[in-house]
Amino acid sequence: MSDLSMIEAVLLTIITASTPLLLAAIGELVVERSGVLNLGVEGMMIVGAVMGFAATQATGSPYIGIVAAMISGVAMSLLFGFLTLNLMSNQVATGLALTILGLGLSGMVGEAFIGQPGISLKPIAIPVLSVIPFIGPLLFNQDVLVYASYGLVIAVYFVLFKSRTGLIIRAVGDNHGSAHSLGYSVIQVRYLAVMFGGACSGLAGAYLSLIYTPQWVEGMTAGRGWIALALVVFASWRPARVLIGAYLFGAVSILQFHAQASGIGLPTQLMSALPYLATIIVLIIISRNKTLAKVNTPACLGKPFVPDR
Amino acid sequence: MRIELEKRAEHSQLMSVVSPLIAIGLTLVCGSILFISMGYNPTDALYAYFIEPLTTRWSIEELLVKAGPLVLIAVGLSVCFLSNSWNIGAEGQFTMGALAGSVIPVLFHDFTSPLALPVMVLMGALGGMAWASVPAFLKVRFGTNEILTSLMLVYIAQYILDFLVRGPWRDPEGFNFPESRIFDAAHVLPKIGEGRLHIGMIFAILAVLVVWWMLSRTLKGFEIKVMGETPRAGRFAGFSSNGVVWFGFLVSGGLAGLAGMAEVSGSIEQLTPVISPGYGFTAIIVAFLGRLNPIGILFAGLLLGLSYIGGETAQVSLGLTDKVTRVFQGMLLFFVLACDALILYSFRFASSAKSMKEAGNV
Repeated sequence: MSDLSMIEAVLLTIITASTPLLLAAIGELVVERSGVLNLGVEGMMIVGAVMGFAATQATGSPYIGIVAAMISGVAMSLLFGFLTLNLMSNQVATGLALTILGLGLSGMVGEAFIGQPGISLKPIAIPVLSVIPFIGPLLFNQDVLVYASYGLVIAVYFVLFKSRTGLIIRAVGDNHGSAHSLGYSVIQVRYLAVMFGGACSGLAGAYLSLIYTPQWVEGMTAGRGWIALALVVFASWRPARVLIGAYLFGAVSILQFHAQASGIGLPTQLMSALPYLATIIVLIIISRNKTLAKVNTPACLGKPFVPDR
Repeated sequence: MRIELEKRAEHSQLMSVVSPLIAIGLTLVCGSILFISMGYNPTDALYAYFIEPLTTRWSIEELLVKAGPLVLIAVGLSVCFLSNSWNIGAEGQFTMGALAGSVIPVLFHDFTSPLALPVMVLMGALGGMAWASVPAFLKVRFGTNEILTSLMLVYIAQYILDFLVRGPWRDPEGFNFPESRIFDAAHVLPKIGEGRLHIGMIFAILAVLVVWWMLSRTLKGFEIKVMGETPRAGRFAGFSSNGVVWFGFLVSGGLAGLAGMAEVSGSIEQLTPVISPGYGFTAIIVAFLGRLNPIGILFAGLLLGLSYIGGETAQVSLGLTDKVTRVFQGMLLFFVLACDALILYSFRFASSAKSMKEAGNV
């Protein structure tokens, strides 16, 4: 193998490891921009993974699996939305509840699928572009979810920062009182944002069970939902930085396999713990910069909205 | 017609007691629907889950073995949650407490004096505190989000345990199984029943009493609640917000560590790669179901302990998958949080025409 194709192989695995993080994080970014903190990403993701796998096994089509994963992610997010937006429950606790419920549900549904070989989603080569040496196979011979992740980052950027819709979402997240006075329905905007987050988490789950490891393994999200939450903080609520962050984390988690293969005498457990350790270190670095956090954090993040009557 | 939430002038005392019961009722209803959809008779399934375990002495003792760590951890978490810090990494503190408590039985197994057990208890609590002090320090010093850091530390603790039982702490005579040596009798917590019930449950009851007394009768308890509800008022009163964060994390970490030590020394009697069926996370449910009140937590811990044993019973007698237990626990937390709305708000059924008119009058 030449050096170039070696680098290409490493970069390809990094893309695979980064995409689920990117999908989940870009969804949560929109949710948090609207002022809602949904800690249930892990739960929505794993339900998406199992439902996507189940639908694919039942129909033979991974595309139907992707749709099923999105729908189940949205369904989970609606539970969260009803509790936090209608019943004003504590968002932190409710997000945790969503994760606990999701892990339980997925374990129960997935029991029938343990050990079954899955149907993997095939890459789609984009004509002409995919034959460009080096860049072609990396960027233009991927599966639909990788393309979707790039599309989502661009779309979220333009909608949030270049459109009226984005202005409303950010207004609701920064000052729900004023947004309400101006006549915007805070609850409705937040519901839509929460559902978008659910769909993205579902997609991230589908990526895990249809592409990353095309099978069902209990607890296969392995904390990725939480890492996605950390990524949003790391990115200081900016879409482009979420993209960079997701790829950095993907690289860290891939590093362990290559380090093990190269025979560095470190315990495998240390290498496996690396992504979690990296998350903590990154959070420390980010939180040291107080002004950055102050400027970008949605001011109403996590605060329930009770309209005055 | 639509339903409107109206904020009550003060918390409803009646609803504080009734709402967890409503949540349990709703969970049972949803659970029955779940059982029917899986093709089981709901009465049989609910009997196997919640009644059958209470019919033999052995299973009641097993229930208490499970309830012990849940209550210990949840009582600590309630202190933390009341002060509005979010330690959700109790599972990791439990693991580190178990590891610290196992230093003597694994590495100094010849040290069998009666002092060994008290030292192990102390080390277990200190191990949990040490692990909890990481997110506390980062929050106080840099303002780092404690939810994410404490959770990440759960995974790291799990890998440390895995490394030790497969590597340096593996039993040399254990045929290469990933297990530590079996603890010497001098390093096993005394039993108080006929089966596996050990004095860990007594630790839990003591913790309930001490924390209840602290929260309701001391200035420290008042400080925790004030800082949790209105930190600004608390600071005017001269309370330190950093101090409250440290206190909450150290208490919850210490109790989780103690629970971990008691689990390995009392129930498992050796270290294995998996030492907990998710006690640290289930304890979060226990804390909320008990309304962050130590006495309530004691009852909630018994109920969640029952759900673990019920899951095992239903698996044996009906062939029901034990995964249902986790679904039950998740549903229960959801309903508990939903029913909290009954305490803070009163519900009003209003016709949409009427509420439109009212809105027009404002």
